[in-house]
Amino acid sequence: MLIILSQLLEAIIAQAREDHPIETCGVIAGPEGSDLPLRLIPMRNSANSADFFQLDAEEQFRVWSEMEENGEEPIVIYHSHTGSRAYPSSDDVLFAAEPRTHYVIIGTDPARKLETRSFRIIDGEITEEKLRSVERYAAHCDAHIYSPETGSPACQLS
Amino acid sequence: MPIVVSIPTILRSLTANQKRIEATGANVLEVIDEIDARYPGVKDRLISGGKMHRFVNIFVNENDIRFAGDLKTAVQDGDHITILPAVAGGRGRSPSES
Repeated sequence: MLIILSQLLEAIIAQAREDHPIETCGVIAGPEGSDLPLRLIPMRNSANSADFFQLDAEEQFRVWSEMEENGEEPIVIYHSHTGSRAYPSSDDVLFAAEPRTHYVIIGTDPARKLETRSFRIIDGEITEEKLRSVERYAAHCDAHIYSPETGSPACQLS
Repeated sequence: MPIVVSIPTILRSLTANQKRIEATGANVLEVIDEIDARYPGVKDRLISGGKMHRFVNIFVNENDIRFAGDLKTAVQDGDHITILPAVAGGRGRSPSES
């Protein structure tokens, strides 16, 4: 399950709507091993395309180095599908390189209802997970440990 | 000081889960060859037909080698090589939902 602050969720949806019909993209970083998305980093789609996104290599290097220095990792990698449903495409599966990352897709296709869904993509296998937005993370979650067995926070939300 | 190579998550199953590897070589290709000799399979994930895969980025210190000497980019002791798989994707056709 992905637990995410509602303000972050609203921000990425707003970004996707603003960038439509171009696919939007970005990262939400959080402390390594925490599974807590905290720091929103909207990024440039260097493909500038309605059916493909790619992070700009230099920008990705900067952001990834920054996360490393901060002891963070990409908790969420998000992008939009502007003319199809919010489900991983074969390209999404091909490029999914982070087994601990929640891959969030925002569907902004005007022919469909706006939807935001979260997935794990590991070794080519897609697993949809629940996405739950919260007003705040429970205080005792700050130091919780990522639980690889369940893929969800080891603490209980209050 | 050796050359330090940062290994992305997706390749760590080949490198005994190591995030960083110390290596030697005069250029990026030599460093990759040297790593591949110890951790077979790494090279195939980065290079085919003598060229770097399109969706792999390699940086020497802060410089994208595509804008330097590509795989022949010279390296020296103390340099830091970062391998970064491109983050990409998008629409396309969904594999299991239409």
